[in-house]
Amino acid sequence: MTEGRTIEARSLTKAYGATAAVDGIDFQVKPGLVTGFLGPNGAGKSTTMRMILGLDLPTSGTVTVGGRSYKGKVWPLHEVGAVLDARAVHPGRSAYNHLHSLAAANGIARTRVDEVLEQVGLASVARKRAGGFSLGMYQRLGIAGALLGDPGTLLFDEPVNGLDPEGIIWIRTLMRSLAAEGRTVLVSSHLMSEMALTADHLLVIGRGRMIADMPLSELMARHSGDRVEVRSADPQRMAADLRAAGAGVMLEPDGTLGVAGLGSRQIGELAAARGHVLYQLRDETGSLEQAYFRLTGESVEYRAAVPVAS
Amino acid sequence: MSAQAGTVPRLGSSLDSRLRATARSEWIKFRSVRSSPLALVATALIVVLGAWLLAAGNRGSAAASPASKAAFDPVFTVLQGIELGQLCIGVLGVITVTGEYASGLIRGTFLATPQRAQVLAMKVLVFTVAVWACCTGMSFAAFFLGQRVLSPAKHAGIGDPGVLTAVFGAGLYLTLIGLLGMFIAVLVRRTPAALAALFGLLVVLPIVFIEIPGKITKNLGEFMPDAGEKAFQLLHSGAYTLGPWQGLAVLAAYVAVAAVAAFALIVRRDA
Repeated sequence: MTEGRTIEARSLTKAYGATAAVDGIDFQVKPGLVTGFLGPNGAGKSTTMRMILGLDLPTSGTVTVGGRSYKGKVWPLHEVGAVLDARAVHPGRSAYNHLHSLAAANGIARTRVDEVLEQVGLASVARKRAGGFSLGMYQRLGIAGALLGDPGTLLFDEPVNGLDPEGIIWIRTLMRSLAAEGRTVLVSSHLMSEMALTADHLLVIGRGRMIADMPLSELMARHSGDRVEVRSADPQRMAADLRAAGAGVMLEPDGTLGVAGLGSRQIGELAAARGHVLYQLRDETGSLEQAYFRLTGESVEYRAAVPVAS
Repeated sequence: MSAQAGTVPRLGSSLDSRLRATARSEWIKFRSVRSSPLALVATALIVVLGAWLLAAGNRGSAAASPASKAAFDPVFTVLQGIELGQLCIGVLGVITVTGEYASGLIRGTFLATPQRAQVLAMKVLVFTVAVWACCTGMSFAAFFLGQRVLSPAKHAGIGDPGVLTAVFGAGLYLTLIGLLGMFIAVLVRRTPAALAALFGLLVVLPIVFIEIPGKITKNLGEFMPDAGEKAFQLLHSGAYTLGPWQGLAVLAAYVAVAAVAAFALIVRRDA
């Protein structure tokens, strides 16, 4: 396996006329994690992914995979695998020939085509024309193509869209195992609930700007509301002790701590054991979904207009 | 998950091995859809059966008065089916490209080979070799079949002056039409638009120049893409001034202009 490479964007911008689809974003996607790329439809996720892959040219800024731009790579399928639109297959071509043409373009042996077809469970329909495939089969074929070169970096654009529950679980498991092997995995989605189950780290984008770039646990602590608000005499030390106990902690400027991962009872006991003075201990309930809405609410591009009362 | 080191060996990165890999990939794509063999078989049927029908139908004029015998072109007569066959080759050129754009496969192609000019060059190479070989073959078949049907009326032998040029020229003409279709398809990316542009250029534009009276339009009319048809005419009489190679050169110039635009656009445009 090629080791996972870091994807790095610097002031990445894509403008269509006067509209910036991606507006000067910076981020890093690191190996060994599933990084969720989250945002409402039209937020700029797909555009960003296409720029990472050299399909769209940035208006300004740069993006590299392993320190080099995608367009400069020779045999890129050995380094990067991607599924953008799984249906992007000629309907008249068989799954085998589709993969064979991709493999040949990067000097990958035919035996590898059989391997990936086996791996995604399409070996029995390999010689059938792709035009008759279901969406789930297309998705598996797309993933087979991404795995051809055994790449260290993988990108998936909305991989679970339209899939049945079995397919969703298959993809989720696959992405987790790819990351566990040390690969870099970037998955875009507009579904917070899906990302909550798959991702370790989140990049949240809205209207072309980066809204959040943090571990999932921290995002939950910070925004989900499913947390405990703690005020104490020494917030810094309190935060350190809570983190040591495994909690996600957000230190607000006013000294309030947002704590996730521990209940108010456990926090109270911990405070007593460590001799902290507590001023306030308050449960806040909410969901990750709400956190996402709160984060992206300002940046949803298209929303239904509120009907005007006549 | 199989993730042992070295499961997928890498090739060296010499330009030669890169071009070879891209050409192989394009060849697999070309041969693995039904449209390619179908279009070639359809063209062959039109050109070869056309030669038979045209020869049988024109045998009379080949044997009529000395004047009509002199004006009778035994090569062009039997190869005229190309004017219909070129539609199939033009469509093949177009859909070889637009088929990838319509499905979105072009992105997969560029993911495997981000060097887009290299992709287009190898796509063109594969298409040229395959289509040229088939079309030259069918041109020879049409010629020999046609002459057999024409004889003993006025007919041509392959060794007669200009004949070999005409028969090879027919294969080259069809190949150039296919290439024109490919490059136009790269420019407009959609099948209907590309077909409209190609056949507008090949069929409609020359008619416009014929219909408009005047010396200038008549002279310009000789430099339409259909000047390439001179390639398979033995007799270049009357108003015609271009010879077979000059006619092909005019068509090739159109192809070259489209090619320059296609290469310039494919490397710059978002895929």
